[in-house]
Amino acid sequence: MTVTVATNLADALAALRATPEARLLQGGTDTMVEINFNHYKPEHIVALRKVEELRSFSIQEDKGEIFIGSGVPYQTLENDPFLTLLPALAQASRTVGSPQIRAAGSLGGNLGTCSPAGDGLPVLSALDAIVHLRSVDDSRDVLFHDFMTGVKRNTRKPDEIITGVTVPILNGFQGYSKVGVRNAMVISVASACLAVDKATAQVRLALGAVGPTIIRCRDTEQWLSAQVDVTASVFSNAAAKEFGRRAALEARPIDDHRSTAEYRRHAISVLAERLLLKANS
Amino acid sequence: MNAENLIYTLNVNGTDREVKDSWVGESLLYVLRERLDLPGSKGACEQGECGSCTVLLDDDAVCSCLVMAATAVDSTITTVEGLISDTVMGETARTISDVQAAFVTEGAVQCGFCTPGLIVAVHHLLDKNPSPSDIEVKEAISGNICRCTGYGRIFAAVNAVIESRGKIQK
Repeated sequence: MTVTVATNLADALAALRATPEARLLQGGTDTMVEINFNHYKPEHIVALRKVEELRSFSIQEDKGEIFIGSGVPYQTLENDPFLTLLPALAQASRTVGSPQIRAAGSLGGNLGTCSPAGDGLPVLSALDAIVHLRSVDDSRDVLFHDFMTGVKRNTRKPDEIITGVTVPILNGFQGYSKVGVRNAMVISVASACLAVDKATAQVRLALGAVGPTIIRCRDTEQWLSAQVDVTASVFSNAAAKEFGRRAALEARPIDDHRSTAEYRRHAISVLAERLLLKANS
Repeated sequence: MNAENLIYTLNVNGTDREVKDSWVGESLLYVLRERLDLPGSKGACEQGECGSCTVLLDDDAVCSCLVMAATAVDSTITTVEGLISDTVMGETARTISDVQAAFVTEGAVQCGFCTPGLIVAVHHLLDKNPSPSDIEVKEAISGNICRCTGYGRIFAAVNAVIESRGKIQK
């Protein structure tokens, strides 16, 4: 077994090109559990925790967007400037594991693992995030929606590293809510991210842990836009209730060790309804 | 041990420690306990849920069971053993830290298994934020699970440290 501790992106990409079967290791909060439980025995590891290029973010005010490096830990994302500019991302980040996990975990890890329960992913879906990928001789940008293709499946090629995401700074309410078996240290049973975009008069809703991928509720979004003036952001109790009911219909939950499909669907109706009521200006 | 057996070097509690004759995929927790004779960090869940293996890695409190030890080269690692002061007011001594002393005097230790992780987490919190609110203390130790105390005496110990450090500053 080999472990390459890369100190810059070029070295990491070269190491990955040399051993494309290598596992990329960022915070370790997924891979080390697999190793500790003997579910996975790595042949080659390319460790990214010392790659500074992946641990930076930049606010591009003129374009109204933020680039977030794939290795920026959740403990950074849960605070300002994200709390102000991307409140849903900050809220989602704060629900990830414990302070110890948030010091290690990152959006790059969420994207690399692509678990439907990854707390950062509904936010990336609702914000129509662009995922940036690099290899030694190529770079490409993919919409998050096209990146995640199934449970722990994505379109990253073996020699590519996820360098970061670009998300827009929207004008309007944003919120992230999740249901788990307790308040701290919990993996989502069901989660939802709602983002109002007053510029396009859109309410965007994305669901986590209730389908093989993150689910964008396009039908529910369109229904709402036809019912109310989103730019005014006044949502009645009846509209919110129907919004929740429709969102639950778009969920595709299953029974598993964490919950049942029936409970998850109910949870989504409540989460979506409450998020829309919170969006009332 | 000859030089060929050297795999990597970790800086633990201010000392460079060579890790030899080991599988390179081992967790930092395993290496600390089984290779470097530092059994203070405890192993329980092995999946980042319980916090009993918490150490400081550079400026962060992390679960050492989730760190691949070989990737922690060129980092500074502090375990609960490293919180012991070797000198007090210039005199050579082996004394426990104020956080450890407060856990003892407030009775915040029952079975003691979670204690090393909690001590590291509380040190990390109070070094960054000397006067945290109750909710900030709760959030800071939300990743450290204690099944004995019900946390009441742990909060009392944290408050005792906050108070004593505040007095020293004044």
